[in-house]
Amino acid sequence: MHRSLSIESGKCTGCLQCEMACSLRFEHKINPSRSRIRVFAFHDTGRFVPYTCTQCAGAWCQAACPVEAIGADDATAARIVNDKLCVGCKICTIACPFGTINYNVDTGKVMKCDLCSGSPACVDACPTQAITFIDAETTGLSRMRSWAGKSQPDVNTPSS
Amino acid sequence: MAWQRKILRVNLTEGSCTSEPVNMAWAADYLGGRGLGSKYLVSEVDPGVDPFSPDNKLIMATGPLTGTPASTGSRYVVITKSPLTGTIACSNSGGFFGAELKFSGWDMIIFEGRAKSPVYLHIENDQATLESADDIWGKSTWETEGWIKKRHQDPQLRIASIGPAGENRVLFACVVNDLHRAAGRSGVGAVMGSKNLKAVAVRGTLGLDTIKDMPRFMDVVGQGKVALAENAVTGKGLPTYGTQVLMNVINEVGALPTRNHRQVQFEHADQVSGEAMHEPRKRDGKPNLIANAACFGCTIACGRISKVDKDHFSVKTKPEFWGASGGLEYESAWALLPNTGVSDLEAGTYVNSLCNYYGMDPISFGVTVSAAMELFEVGAISEANTGGIKLGFGSAEALVAMAELTGKGEGFGRELGMGSKRLCARYGRPELSMSVKGQEFPAYDGRSLQGIGLNYATSNRGACHVRGYTVASEVLGIPVKTDPNATEGKAGLVKAFQDITATWDSTGLCLFTSFAWGMPEVSMQLDAALEGQWPVERLMEIGERIYNMERDFNLRAGLTGKDDTLPDRILHEPATSGPAKGMVNRLGEMLPEYYRLRGWSEDGVPTGETRQRLGL
Repeated sequence: MHRSLSIESGKCTGCLQCEMACSLRFEHKINPSRSRIRVFAFHDTGRFVPYTCTQCAGAWCQAACPVEAIGADDATAARIVNDKLCVGCKICTIACPFGTINYNVDTGKVMKCDLCSGSPACVDACPTQAITFIDAETTGLSRMRSWAGKSQPDVNTPSS
Repeated sequence: MAWQRKILRVNLTEGSCTSEPVNMAWAADYLGGRGLGSKYLVSEVDPGVDPFSPDNKLIMATGPLTGTPASTGSRYVVITKSPLTGTIACSNSGGFFGAELKFSGWDMIIFEGRAKSPVYLHIENDQATLESADDIWGKSTWETEGWIKKRHQDPQLRIASIGPAGENRVLFACVVNDLHRAAGRSGVGAVMGSKNLKAVAVRGTLGLDTIKDMPRFMDVVGQGKVALAENAVTGKGLPTYGTQVLMNVINEVGALPTRNHRQVQFEHADQVSGEAMHEPRKRDGKPNLIANAACFGCTIACGRISKVDKDHFSVKTKPEFWGASGGLEYESAWALLPNTGVSDLEAGTYVNSLCNYYGMDPISFGVTVSAAMELFEVGAISEANTGGIKLGFGSAEALVAMAELTGKGEGFGRELGMGSKRLCARYGRPELSMSVKGQEFPAYDGRSLQGIGLNYATSNRGACHVRGYTVASEVLGIPVKTDPNATEGKAGLVKAFQDITATWDSTGLCLFTSFAWGMPEVSMQLDAALEGQWPVERLMEIGERIYNMERDFNLRAGLTGKDDTLPDRILHEPATSGPAKGMVNRLGEMLPEYYRLRGWSEDGVPTGETRQRLGL
């Protein structure tokens, strides 16, 4: 089964444990500024929203890359940057409509979420289950379930 | 390790920023945060210094676990000599500023001298520069954050600043970071203002890679998170209701100071409680509470985000206060509501926001307003003093008006800005100030909980609950239940809480983890992160060393054992209702034993033997 990151922002408290875990996985240090997942605080509405790459099937970053440095991981369907090929031209950062691929000045390459080869560190680190890693074909299941629960049990029952 | 081993020294008089190594021998004896920062202060500042003199210093210090995945590793402290109390001040804050400072490569900033004109410090990793703050002097903390982020085109800056209250030297002005977290108590913001330092803005992209044993650290950190999640207080009570979970509890046990401590129970406590924040409002059908918010790395998330009803009289014409912002936590809710006799949750929420906006401590502000209300009721002041405002207990309108005047430094607000001790003395009724060493009480009555009264009397920064939170034992039964009315055993209990807290405040962790963790859990995390061995015994000794070092500074600043006392009301006017009805605080039964256990003389001075044992 292919899995996707599923983010329920209503559960997020903005603690940034996901950012720490992500940077530890990639950079081997605690450095939220290098995290591939970022949590945004919307102060006026009191919302915290984690956001990262959705691993598009037809990925803009991949299509835009002039040196074919971005490919797909067969096992996870994640779009992966090959650091050996990446020349740091940043075209992909312009092409991505969601802003989830970014340039790293320390390496001269771009960086993005790669789903940690199928075991995302951010999911394990999240204390409120705001980030889960679920069947890519049914990411809407919990929302469907909650709407299903609101439906009227007798809506199709003819009234007598 | 886990330290960055670097201190940023900022001389505001000369306009210089220099780097120096952390004295690691001191770190071994004082850890970080409160302990290590205080060691620097007492080593560099004459205890007799005028707090507003350029010779006073202001230190912002992180702990070794600040900026790590250890749950609640967000804390930083602001240390200076307090203008409110004349004692050493150490105010602790969460949010995101502390971790960002760590990620920029610094453990600590020491500010000395005074800038000729307003400045703010901008830090981007190893680059630190002082910039003109002329354009934001006079602005609120919220406007200051926005202005600095815009000027540097960097929305990711983390900012700690003072508002007009700090600039105007309100004696209980605080330092506000991340819009609604604060190093709140003892007037540290007024010292920052006296130095013409408006703000510190930090961006750190270096990260932290100095954990001694990362696999072991992550393992014990993970165990710690599980313990927090499974604990009734940190896993359920605090996430659901925030610290406001206490309002009804403390009212039930008759320890909720009401109307400037005239009573110990508030008849409208349920209307201003954590539970009430969840209830839909009558006017608009929406609850006061919007969301839970965590500080950096915190898996508890006790923080509240609230919205004031925009049709409420207090904000009707002020759209800048219609958005979500930091909501009431228990201490501010108590000081602003039960202690003033006001039962209007929306007014309390707005005034709490004003405290963040103008940069002042809602505890001391609320207790000072309460004292003014009593002065008004007993006829010591009148409408001639207050600019025509009727200051009786229970008036939400008066509370709101006083907050606006104090924040702006206008009218009677200028007198409130002196704090309750000076205000009550000025009007000939010093006994109406509910304070110790000039700092106002927090939200637990010393008549109803004997131990907390002893803690207030002996706290190194004046009345304070987070110097020795015996409420945990006397009310909640953590780690063991003790009889709140008993004085027996309280001297030892207070000493243990005070020493443990001093250590906790030096780690970078939040004290709230101590509801679920003991010293062994802290020891395990420090031991995996730091060079050397960090057993519980060593940590207990560090706490006691810090406590005695602070005491020594205060004694050299001119305080004596005579200052270890409580207001007459707490010692002589019995509690009027509840389980503690008829009780007063029996400080005299506890204080001599406390001194003995501390290894202090009968006058409260650490003996030569005690100093030697602790290496002072």
